[in-house]
Amino acid sequence: MLSLTIDGNKVEAEAGWSLLDTARQNGIEIPTLCYHEAVEPFGACRLCVVELRQGNNSRLVASCVYPAEQGLDVYTASEKVNNVRRWILEMLLSECPASSEIREMAAQYGVQTTRFEISDPEQECILCGLCVRACAQVVGANAISTVGRGAQKEIGSPYLTPGDDCVACGTCVTVCPTGAMSARFERVRGVPSVVMARSVKR
Amino acid sequence: MQATAKDTAELRLGSLEELEKLRGELRAAEDPNHTRIIVCHGTGCIANGSAGVTEALKAALAAAGEDIAVMPGIKTTGCHGFCSRGPLVIIKPKNIFYQQVKPGDAEEIVQKTIKAGEMVESLLYEHPQTGEKIETTEDIPFYAGQQRVVLANIGQIDPTKIDDALRAGAYAGAAKALTNMEPKQVIEAVINSGLRGRGGAGFPTGIKWNLAAKHEGGQKYVLCNADEGDPGAFMDRSVMEGDPHAVVEGMIIGGYAIGADTGYVYVRAEYPLAIKHLEKALRDARAYGLLGENILGSGFNFDIRINRGAGAFVCGEETALMRSVEGKVGEPVPRPPYPSDKGLFGKPSVLNNVETWANVSRILDKGADWFAGLGTEKSKGTKVFALVGKVNNVGLVEVPMGIKLREIVMEIGGGVPGSDHFKAVQTGGPSGGCLPWQDADLPVDFDSLIAAGSMMGSGGMIVMDDRDCMVDVAKYFLGFLEEESCGKCFPCRLGVPRLRETLNRFSKGQGTVEDIDDLYSLAEAIKAGSLCALGGTAPNAVLSTLRYFRDEYETHILEHRCPAGVCKDLITYSIDPEVCTGCRACARACPQNAITGEKKKPHTIDESLCIRCGMCFESCKFGAVQVQ
Ligand SMILES: Cc1cc2nc3c(=O)[nH]c(=O)nc-3n(C[C@H](O)[C@H](O)[C@H](O)COP(=O)(O)O)c2cc1C
Ligand code: SF4
Ligand code: SF4
Ligand code: SF4
Ligand code: FES
Ligand code: FES
Repeated sequence: MLSLTIDGNKVEAEAGWSLLDTARQNGIEIPTLCYHEAVEPFGACRLCVVELRQGNNSRLVASCVYPAEQGLDVYTASEKVNNVRRWILEMLLSECPASSEIREMAAQYGVQTTRFEISDPEQECILCGLCVRACAQVVGANAISTVGRGAQKEIGSPYLTPGDDCVACGTCVTVCPTGAMSARFERVRGVPSVVMARSVKR
Repeated sequence: MQATAKDTAELRLGSLEELEKLRGELRAAEDPNHTRIIVCHGTGCIANGSAGVTEALKAALAAAGEDIAVMPGIKTTGCHGFCSRGPLVIIKPKNIFYQQVKPGDAEEIVQKTIKAGEMVESLLYEHPQTGEKIETTEDIPFYAGQQRVVLANIGQIDPTKIDDALRAGAYAGAAKALTNMEPKQVIEAVINSGLRGRGGAGFPTGIKWNLAAKHEGGQKYVLCNADEGDPGAFMDRSVMEGDPHAVVEGMIIGGYAIGADTGYVYVRAEYPLAIKHLEKALRDARAYGLLGENILGSGFNFDIRINRGAGAFVCGEETALMRSVEGKVGEPVPRPPYPSDKGLFGKPSVLNNVETWANVSRILDKGADWFAGLGTEKSKGTKVFALVGKVNNVGLVEVPMGIKLREIVMEIGGGVPGSDHFKAVQTGGPSGGCLPWQDADLPVDFDSLIAAGSMMGSGGMIVMDDRDCMVDVAKYFLGFLEEESCGKCFPCRLGVPRLRETLNRFSKGQGTVEDIDDLYSLAEAIKAGSLCALGGTAPNAVLSTLRYFRDEYETHILEHRCPAGVCKDLITYSIDPEVCTGCRACARACPQNAITGEKKKPHTIDESLCIRCGMCFESCKFGAVQVQ
């Protein structure tokens, strides 16, 4: 057993647990978007960041991928942490304004509106990659992938060429945190070439 | 040299003694006082036609043949760092320095300098301030202020000939390490030297090695980061082109120290000459038994493979680089696990930069104490910089750590054209920031640069003058990073474009002072929240320019003016009728035909047609075109 502090309270963790595991085992809530028990953690959305303090130093780490270590001093809702979460959520409001899940989560952090331009009012996909990882790691079908880089990134079939790898199992829909996948599942199921959420929209 | 299997066996050096014996023979076979002509064949000079100069010199020598007592040799080398003056020809042993040489000059060089021992005045370097002609390399201010450790052999040796590298001392450090030192002692030497990584973050190299070495036994790897993605940077390319053996030797030493039998060089595919020279170096080193099984009879096996990167900037990040070598998508992954525990193919691995590896060779050859005597308390040794922008001497320079910014720019760089100061110096590439003239006396070392809001980075140094707009500069670097972000993590993928958009509005004179406060807050979130250092350092361009040039931002927002005259939406071009001679140069240059006027009478610009391209400004020889 490892012992550490989270938000000032002493907690225990088993070796191999992440900070997120440790927090949840101890009833402490940390928001996540790209995390799902069924797949390997990815560390992409950064909503789960927590602050590690050591003397005068402090830094943020993603709790879903950072291992619990003996003696860590962890803060799950400090100003530094919340600043990151608020900005991500406000930017997501403009990126994927159609997602009610994102709107609800943003509201919890006091973010009701976004100052940024909305380019596609119907967009729901946040590009967390959960669908891709579930399809690869749980189903083993590898029918979908992220294509493109940076701001051009989207979800599509590998190399954007139609393939017939989708077995229409719906796992991607189950893991999708925003409903982006379910709204388009009919299209996915009917067509063997999986051309999905974000690329269909764009 | 086309070594067959049989030759290879004969060439193999079985021990330290055999290596030193060969080195002795090679040195004895070459008279240092012999006249030799060196022609720079770095990428820059080749682009300027140095291959033609070499051919012409050969022809001129052949033609003069009978008359020349001892036929001088011609040697082609890597970059001398002064590409803006290329093609360069140096005559040894005196080091006579000829610049901007054309094939047509070959005859005169041979007749005058080689035969008669006289200077060709027209090819000599002219001091930018005094106009005085300078004869030898050592006296040119660009070289006089430098201290060459990493670049010591570049420009001296033919990088395609291992014998030439051996003459200059190559593999002495590796030989010493493998035959006389325990791996632990090698790591100790690197720790004691104080060497810190040259790829950006300045992590202590020996300590990094120790972390990988402590995993006993099993497969391990060393890697060389030659991705060099910073715009305008060419330090690592020059090292690989001009002295590839220094990198190979460093990696042998690193492999021995941590217990790795395989090394990878991850080099961008856009560097064909560097790859060619590296491949040749690897073949030659194998032939001599400096790579492969039982190197120099030490029992240590090691070899190196080259991996061509597709050129994505983010693939220079260590975890992304390793994924890319594994054949996976080149995206960063969270640390821990650190590469020293689980790196390439999940095995303990050490990644160092090209320049770091080259320094390792020197340290093992000349000793940790020697190296620790260079530079400052916490930043030992030298650093190579690519000095570019508004500076008289554009080029590659190597200086001791701790040198003042002013010395690099105003002395080695020969100052700023048309000004007695710089406005800002951008260091650290896209991850770095801008330092103002007030910081001209800042010592250039890892920690001072970070404290000043910039960073060492891999060694880009862009000099800016009063015609460079700081809002525009920040916008440029953010635009670059927006393009290069892998898009995996949200703060970087979403945040960097938002920073750039805000700056875009500023450059149009829109926005409020509150927007500046928001910039700080968003920048903080991106820095703290991003997965890798691309996002983690992306806001530096904005933060450092805001720190030193906030008034310039405010002038854009509040007065709707761009003081540097760069932001197109905020400037107007006009012609001063007092100065204009009516030469019509501007009218001819204007792509919009916005400039009218009679010959020899003052001209005017029609603002409604003007697209603010600045062509008129560039074309006017009389300085009559004004920007406001
Ligand atoms: C986006 C990004 C790009 C990088 N590009 C390079 C590069 O081109 N060359 C390099 O040596 N290091 C680069 N680095 C730094 C490497 O991740 C790593 O720290 C370095 O290669 C370690 O070598 P060193 O300890 O010898 O400096 C980059 C880092 C980031 C975050
Ligand atoms: S479709 Fe859903 S699971 Fe897939 S990346 Fe978009 S939001 Fe994530
Ligand atoms: S910081 Fe940028 S480049 Fe690095 S992982 Fe995140 S999105 Fe990719
Ligand atoms: S180039 Fe200069 S002098 Fe000639 S017309 Fe234009 S502004 Fe006048
Ligand atoms: S849940 Fe940890 S980064 Fe997304
Ligand atoms: S290539 Fe010749 S000086 Fe750089």
